[in-house]
Amino acid sequence: MLELRKISKRFADFSLKEVSFTVERGDYFILLGESGAGKSMVLETIAGLVAPDSGSIFLDKKDVTTEKIQDRKAGLVFQDHAVFPHMTVGENIAYSLHGLKLTKEEKKEKVRAIAIELGIGDLLLRMPGTLSGGELQRVALGRTLIQQPQILLLDEPLSSLDTRLKGDLRRLLRSIHRKGQTILHVTHDYEEALSLGTHIAVIDKGTIIQSGTPSEVFHHPGSEFVAHFIGIRNFFAVSLVTENQITFAYTFNKIPVRIVTEAKEGDGFILIRGEDILLSAVPVETSATNNFPGTVVEIVPNSGGVDVTIDAGIELQARITRESLEKLGLKAGGTCWVHFKATAVKYIPR
Amino acid sequence: MIPRTSYIQLIFLLLGALVLLFIVAPLAGMFLSTTPAQVFETAREAEVRDSIWLTIYTSLAGTLFFSVAAIPLAYLLARKQFPLKRIVTGIIDLPVVIPHSAAGIALLGFVSRDSVLGQMGSAVGLNFVGHPAGIAIAMAFVSIPYLINAARDGFSGVPVRLEKAARTLGASPQRVFFTISLPLAWRNIVSGLILMFARGMSEFGAVIVVAYHPMITPVLIYERFGAFGLKYARPVSVLFILISLALFIGLRWMAKEKKGGSEVAR
Repeated sequence: MLELRKISKRFADFSLKEVSFTVERGDYFILLGESGAGKSMVLETIAGLVAPDSGSIFLDKKDVTTEKIQDRKAGLVFQDHAVFPHMTVGENIAYSLHGLKLTKEEKKEKVRAIAIELGIGDLLLRMPGTLSGGELQRVALGRTLIQQPQILLLDEPLSSLDTRLKGDLRRLLRSIHRKGQTILHVTHDYEEALSLGTHIAVIDKGTIIQSGTPSEVFHHPGSEFVAHFIGIRNFFAVSLVTENQITFAYTFNKIPVRIVTEAKEGDGFILIRGEDILLSAVPVETSATNNFPGTVVEIVPNSGGVDVTIDAGIELQARITRESLEKLGLKAGGTCWVHFKATAVKYIPR
Repeated sequence: MIPRTSYIQLIFLLLGALVLLFIVAPLAGMFLSTTPAQVFETAREAEVRDSIWLTIYTSLAGTLFFSVAAIPLAYLLARKQFPLKRIVTGIIDLPVVIPHSAAGIALLGFVSRDSVLGQMGSAVGLNFVGHPAGIAIAMAFVSIPYLINAARDGFSGVPVRLEKAARTLGASPQRVFFTISLPLAWRNIVSGLILMFARGMSEFGAVIVVAYHPMITPVLIYERFGAFGLKYARPVSVLFILISLALFIGLRWMAKEKKGGSEVAR
């Protein structure tokens, strides 16, 4: 449906480097990356607002790399809505109907239908200056959807909304997708990616570094960047060594981590979930084979409890409850012991 | 608690009052030494009425005629980067800084019968020198920077992403200009048009060189002063100032009323 082949573009302080990916018909494709990773630039290139230096863009098997912006069937919704401030909501939605062979009544009906679908049917005569962020986002969506684009390009559509409105708009986007709309959505929020995407590509410094289904990307992060970015903190590059039939993963600073794997010796990554790490104030006997003394670096509250970062030669992050934190009396700068089972360590060969 | 005013603020206030007095005092003096009867009498003179009408319509014609090219130029200056852009910007401001009598001399050479433009005019029976068309050109020459600069500021204030959004909604660059850029910059453009019109109406130096006759009001005031003295120049000055003020207050009010809901969120 949409295929980018080795798209490159050089700017003064940034460049896209051979960006390639394919969005199939009916996909909800998420392009995930930090601010400044080049996500918006990719969307603008697909929409035709930025001409690539090299590479090709195919939309429905047609090469649209040099096609005029207005002739592409790609509808772009901007991050800050870009609703025209001097036109009513109705005029905004009807903007792209100009030049179509439709009567005034037919145009009105189309605008009304899409506005009702998006829950803004009663706002058609209002000026954008009087609308909330969520309403503006719906106007921007309606204005784009009315053109029936082959692909809907969304640039961080939820970033400026509060939590409640985010939920509402996510439901709306899911329902638009369920009706068969192919969507390419860029975001920096991996939760958003998990909640909406059928496919995910991770972009960093203008390069796609991993792509696949959400499960593939989140369970098999292909690099330290991806792992950190998607919220997995305990992710280390290691060398696998088997000594006396026991397998150790040696980190860059030679800390040996016991692991259970059938993989052969070589380089790879290990991944330990914060929930699988136990903490204790004194050394204790457990079934865990990895036991390290360490210093508490930082204690950060999160919605479920606290994340405790411990420097045990490698920096590990444990997720524990507030009760446990109080029971152990942990404080930044204090000492503690870290325990985790060899079976809790996931090894990903390079 | 009453906020304390610092000495520096008092000094600034005093200096500001002096500047205001400097502007108001000569005008007030002129108005006070002219009776309403004198102004009314002057307004009945055909020569005065003709000259005021000539001043208004030549400045208006010059403003509207040159705006057709000045507004697109302002758009280019706001949106495009090109070699020698700073020089182009400097050239646009040139008419403001050169002496207007010198501008008149330059223009006279440009529109006289020997020039290309003069010959083109002659071919259709139009002699710019001593003609309202020549007056309009002289007025536009000295006042066009005001329109270009105001319109350029207006276009610069229109977010580029709105134009991009319009393009992705299927609009051609022409449609984007007329439906997005122009309406959103319109307030500044109208302000520029009013300024250009006003500056054109008050022009003396460049016009007198290109066309002493037919006489625009600033030239008529000068002639009455030269031929009859201060007393005879005052009533026509007062009348012209009153008409100018009424015109610009009216235009500004209309522009404000028309603005309505078209405020750009910036």
